Amino acid sequence: MKTTLKTLLLGTAAAVALASSAFAEQRELVINTDTSDPAPKAAFEALIKDFEAANPDVKVKWNLFDHEGYKTAIRNFLTADAPDLANWYAGNRMAPFVKAGQFEDVTDVWTANGLDDQLKSAAASMTIDGKKWGVPYTYYQWGIYYNKDAYKKAGVTEPKNWAEFVANCEKFKTAGIDCVTTGSKALWPTAGIFDYINMRTNGYEFHMDLTAGKVAWTDAKVRAAFAEWAKIVPYTSANHAAIDWQDAAANLVQGKAANYVMGNFAVDTFKKGGMTNDNLGFLIFPEITPGIPRAEEAPTDTMHIPSGAKNKDDAKKFLAFLASAEQQTKINATLGQLPVNNKSTVSDDPFIKAGFEELSSAYALAQFFDRDAPAEMAKAGMEGFQEFMVKPENLDKILERLEGVRAKAYK
Amino acid sequence: MALANVGTPARAGWWKKNQRKLAPWLFLAPGMLMFLVYVIIPIFQSLWLSFFDWDGLGAKTWLGLANYTELFADEAFYTSLKNNVIWLVLYMLAVPAGLFIAIFLNQTVRGIRVYKSLFFFPFVISSVVVGLMFSWFYAPGFGLFFKLTEWINGTGYAILADDRYVTYGIVAAGLWPQIAYCMILYLTGLNNVSPDQVEAARLDGAKGWSMLWNIILPQLRPATFIAVVVTVIGALRSFDLVSIMTDGGPYGSSRVLSFYMYEQALSEYGYRMGYGAAIAVVLFAIMVVPITGFIWKMVRDERSGG
Repeated sequence: MKTTLKTLLLGTAAAVALASSAFAEQRELVINTDTSDPAPKAAFEALIKDFEAANPDVKVKWNLFDHEGYKTAIRNFLTADAPDLANWYAGNRMAPFVKAGQFEDVTDVWTANGLDDQLKSAAASMTIDGKKWGVPYTYYQWGIYYNKDAYKKAGVTEPKNWAEFVANCEKFKTAGIDCVTTGSKALWPTAGIFDYINMRTNGYEFHMDLTAGKVAWTDAKVRAAFAEWAKIVPYTSANHAAIDWQDAAANLVQGKAANYVMGNFAVDTFKKGGMTNDNLGFLIFPEITPGIPRAEEAPTDTMHIPSGAKNKDDAKKFLAFLASAEQQTKINATLGQLPVNNKSTVSDDPFIKAGFEELSSAYALAQFFDRDAPAEMAKAGMEGFQEFMVKPENLDKILERLEGVRAKAYK
Repeated sequence: MALANVGTPARAGWWKKNQRKLAPWLFLAPGMLMFLVYVIIPIFQSLWLSFFDWDGLGAKTWLGLANYTELFADEAFYTSLKNNVIWLVLYMLAVPAGLFIAIFLNQTVRGIRVYKSLFFFPFVISSVVVGLMFSWFYAPGFGLFFKLTEWINGTGYAILADDRYVTYGIVAAGLWPQIAYCMILYLTGLNNVSPDQVEAARLDGAKGWSMLWNIILPQLRPATFIAVVVTVIGALRSFDLVSIMTDGGPYGSSRVLSFYMYEQALSEYGYRMGYGAAIAVVLFAIMVVPITGFIWKMVRDERSGG
């Protein structure tokens, strides 16, 4: 704390002293991000301010994009007018840019700053062809969020395993409560359910092989996972195909539904709907096949240097700054998420703490279906999951279709 | 100096001689240039692109007709095509519906202008708003339509969650502004109906249906023609409502060709530019038929008129 204040004072003093002549010598660092929601925006504002204070000779130019538009914009600005830094996602999501040579290899930043050790949990998902292509700064856990009042009303307790979870569903039904709720209009919530059921039924390695296109969708093990899923499909909220995830969150808040497989970002929505730490519960997705090491979903947000960047030296400085334990603690306190750096500290929020324990004790971390699988497979897969949840009898047709997509998508 | 003196009168002479011939082309030039750059050239670029595999970033790979063979074996393509046909057929209802509302409103009552503008209102608001309103109308749990079916049936019906009815639900939303559009076309058409002919027909004993069919409708032919063409084109480019109301879902069952093209080429999970271009080419081929018909008729009418 003392040092930051000191550097800040020094920085201000230096800036004042050098005044007009200094501006000409300041190097510009252009950063593009899509962190336009209130919390991420505040986190980046603070981060950039701290960085400028620590490096008074660098002036950051920060371009803020809206979340949806960014997905298209990044493809344009990487080729046309590359910034010095841009945020994106780990895993297969960054693969097209890495393969097209749009991202800079930053392995040296990792080795020079001891990140291989400090960011160990996300190292695998930042590596392609043995090189590191960016720095992760935050992730969050997935799991089952549940309504404790609904549990009380139906007279059930927290399930210890999958069999108990399924048995509870029957009791919820008699109480007139949906056992599981989701809103699949935007497709991706279905992938969270599939990822967990597949990882719990067949294990992390199998799930990764499946998303990497090494296993057939018609494999007996995939069918086994869908068979487990079929057990809870009848107890899932009807009409989920027409609603968004926020609408389904309302089901949980109002006690019309008991469980929701979701990411930790949903806690904010639940609490705005009126839930508190007293009646909102969190469960690690229960074990299905006994003895399989527990893997979890932890989508990771990352920062990259485009290969067309003009100021790569300062960009690398920024990455090292972003990777530091101190900054990750600060950013994630604002974001309400988990720092990737294992030297960072987490906040007191019970869900953040639960997530930290869940992820730090996990055997392995998956990124999420649409980040682990390539885009074409992800889209077809999630559509298949949605169809399965509406018409489980179409399973054979769905799996054959997905197998057809697999043949094309992994060229 | 001497050269210029000799040259200027000659150039001016050439300009004077050809002025009448050149003027229309000069006036047309800006428009034609725009049309060339933004319409004609992109059509050929799309056609060219449809022979490649390209993710928008890396190198293009020549595929020949592979995109088209894939397209014609693609289940999703046929779903989209089928939905386009449903759109086309049901969207045509806007033409008679617009006609009847126009006839109904074509009277002189106090405040008729207010009623006319109220009926025209859905065409004025953005189709995004129309889509949102209808998705709330259908929304499971609180939507008016859902509540209504719940009241009649016991269980509410979420039309946008059912692959069998979702397209009809969206077409209904699309019809609302389209009927208003056709209505306004017919209202202007009705202004030009000759009162003498109506009077003469009335003396001859025509009324009701026979008056409408034999006297009014033939005079409304230009309006009908335009109404049909804009409706056909509207049905084929029905993208916004699909995107707003369902995003093509559930599981792709409400896709139309224009939406599928967007999904493949430009959406979050897309970036198959070549495949998207191939869909665009097919959609273009389908659209060219009514458009050519429209232009051909316009040219013919103008020739016979002039």
